[in-house]
Amino acid sequence: MNAPTIELVDIYKSFGSTRVLEGVTMSLSPGEVHSLMGENGAGKSTLVKIMAGLHLSDRGAVRMNGQEVLFRSPSQAQQAGVSVIYQEPTLFRDLSIAENVFMHRQPKTAYGWIDYAEMSRAVSQHLSQLGVSLRPEDPVLGLSIADQQIVEIIKALTFEAKVLIMDEPTAALSLEEVKRLFQVVERLRSKGVAVMFVSHRLEEVFTISQRITVMRDGRVVGSGPLAEWTTDEVIRKMVGRSLAALYPKEKVEPGKVVLRVRDLRRAGVFKGISFEVRQGEIVGLAGLVGAGRSEVARAIFGIDPLDSGEVVIGETVLTNHTPQTAMAVGIGYVPEDRQQQGLVMEMTVMRNATLTVLRQVQRFGLVSQDKEREIAAKWTQRMQLKGHIEEPVNILSGGNQQKVVLAKWLATKPKLLIVDEPTRGVDVGAKSEVHRTLSQLAKDGMAIIMISSELPEVLGMADRVLVMHEGKLTAEFARSEATEEAIMFAATGQMGSLGNKKAKATPNGQS
Amino acid sequence: MTKELKSTADGHGWMNALVRSREGSLVLLIAVLTVLTTALNPRFISPQSLKDLMLNVSIIALLVLGQTVIILMRQIDLSISSIVGITAFLSGTLFINRPEIPSVAVVLIAVLAGLLLGAVNAALIAWGKIPALITTLGTLYIFRGANYAWVHGRQVNAVNVPGSFLAIGTSTFAGIPLLTWIVLVLLVVFSIGLRQYRVGREFYAIGSNPTAAVLAGINVSRRLATGFIISGAIAGLAGALWLARFGTVDATAGEGIELTVITSTVVGGVAITGGVGTVVGSVLGALLLSVFSSTLVFLRVPSFWQQSFQGAMLLLAIAGDAYLAYRHALRLRVKWSHV
Repeated sequence: MNAPTIELVDIYKSFGSTRVLEGVTMSLSPGEVHSLMGENGAGKSTLVKIMAGLHLSDRGAVRMNGQEVLFRSPSQAQQAGVSVIYQEPTLFRDLSIAENVFMHRQPKTAYGWIDYAEMSRAVSQHLSQLGVSLRPEDPVLGLSIADQQIVEIIKALTFEAKVLIMDEPTAALSLEEVKRLFQVVERLRSKGVAVMFVSHRLEEVFTISQRITVMRDGRVVGSGPLAEWTTDEVIRKMVGRSLAALYPKEKVEPGKVVLRVRDLRRAGVFKGISFEVRQGEIVGLAGLVGAGRSEVARAIFGIDPLDSGEVVIGETVLTNHTPQTAMAVGIGYVPEDRQQQGLVMEMTVMRNATLTVLRQVQRFGLVSQDKEREIAAKWTQRMQLKGHIEEPVNILSGGNQQKVVLAKWLATKPKLLIVDEPTRGVDVGAKSEVHRTLSQLAKDGMAIIMISSELPEVLGMADRVLVMHEGKLTAEFARSEATEEAIMFAATGQMGSLGNKKAKATPNGQS
Repeated sequence: MTKELKSTADGHGWMNALVRSREGSLVLLIAVLTVLTTALNPRFISPQSLKDLMLNVSIIALLVLGQTVIILMRQIDLSISSIVGITAFLSGTLFINRPEIPSVAVVLIAVLAGLLLGAVNAALIAWGKIPALITTLGTLYIFRGANYAWVHGRQVNAVNVPGSFLAIGTSTFAGIPLLTWIVLVLLVVFSIGLRQYRVGREFYAIGSNPTAAVLAGINVSRRLATGFIISGAIAGLAGALWLARFGTVDATAGEGIELTVITSTVVGGVAITGGVGTVVGSVLGALLLSVFSSTLVFLRVPSFWQQSFQGAMLLLAIAGDAYLAYRHALRLRVKWSHV
């Protein structure tokens, strides 16, 4: 094996009295993708930030090519050849792609002015190599997350980074976009770049890496070449126990039709959307980011107005459709972004969990703490929430926050629950608990629409899969017919619009 | 050079088009106002009134240059009017105490004094981490109060100031007042600086996304400090030129001017949230406001209405921006969805 490009030796880091890293040793070698795994709070991000020059370690050394280095700022790390791509791209939305790539190190002409022509030339070369149809002059404002990440990657490419660290880069990407990203990573690896890949997604880690390190509670609990690992082993190390099944969907016989939508249209967003959801059914809504899945969900819940079409719950046709009327007929909606849209972060678990049922916790027109506690305790216990119900939500982990959001909606006893990316940013242990809860709810007769960009989750959980592409439904698969290939085919629009809800897709390559 | 400017022109897609249309629409508005007012009162474009217009707008336009840099970084500098007051009286006092002092030395001392006062803001904001709005509101009062104490009811009169210095505010070159020439030269310097040098682009970057600016390796504190020092130095120069323009200076010189400057900058298309705008736009904003108030005078609108009109102009400009942003978002929605 080659000598490592960057080594972290016995790193310690505390924030206040909280120990985050305790003696972490890890190295990245040229031409190798090294995946770092661990549950939320294991210390991965802090480790990344030390390599990025955003934090200084309390003890321990960072070495590049055998030389001890000290990164006091991001620019020092960058100049040493360490580039970091964060989960949320950090770009200047008002400036062009080219300016974003070259900020603070723009090429200059002979007169010392910024060489915009050279900037455009370099960036368009990278863009065409990556097969992306953007122009260097396009402003970042309005680019999708995936395209913004492409900008970040081009930045790293122009740095000629020797070490590329990617902190959960795929969290907001669709499968197609992940493939594109991995092609780029593969190319960098073959050029001798040392890549560190931080991710929650096991399939991706096993696809792309040559070496895996697992952290738990600020320590490295296992490290070795890919061949030495199995998914079970990784999960066992991450959570400290083995998970029998990640996707425990139980078979349920579908009951009456709960939701029927006909020909929903919102100009410029989606059109011709018709489908049904029955009692006890989990319907997966798959597609690329931006295909209009969340938008359909928002329209069904009455957040965004429909231009035409009909939403029917049971026998009731919803007219004058707002979130209030949707809740009244029994629709619950768990949004994608729980911190912004799902929770009041500063309030207690109890307060958050009863927000949707304030009328039920009233006594003489005032909120009764006892009733609040009673209702909150009932639903959070059912969700197996860790933590006390009088603690503020913002100190909980992502998984537990998601449970609070679910508890909040369960308290309304909905007939139809729409969950949008229910396990994004949630660690493996909590993920399976969320899945188990959804499965139990379906078994109890609830109808569930689940939007997800993680295909294994869709395949594992959904009784039926609807696929959207550019605002239209392109396919519908029964659980037995659904495969990753078939869904990706439909999600990339390669079989044309089927429109008709009864149309079944029969792509080649069935398994 | 033409090559650079060309690549700049076609180098920025809709954003540039939008900014350009902002500048274009400002020029258009100014032209329409001028034509309409001239039709009603031909004296509006007499050489004398044009000269007055240029002189009136020059000091505001000068201060707008510094304020643009500040607002581009999502900051604000309210203290400029007090710096103008101090440096204007300082310049006069220098001539009184040392009648033989060269004008250039007076201007340089005023700029230096403004720079030092700007450095006070810079230290508090960049390293003390106090929000600019609070800091400069504080120094607005502190500087003005110190000025009142120092001036102590005195006054500098035109007789105390050498004619060669006053000439900056009265004589013309190629039909344009010297004072205006100074502003035009600085406008070109700032325009090139903000467009063609890294420092300039970093001001935009900081206003657009402060976190990303740190990650790009930009020393944000230092850039903030640079901005407030520039703004102070410009205010110092404006103080010296204030004396040249008006001849008479007391403790109230420049009072309230900061709000006109900020209004001009925003009307000129610099987003109050930073990252967007140009100095050419802000100077056109200052010109528009100035032409507008002259129009009101020529049309015999009672002077107490002028401030209301200025405020209405500001709100119109912001409403216009919001509308353009909305239309752009709508366009993107349709463009990306192909539905």
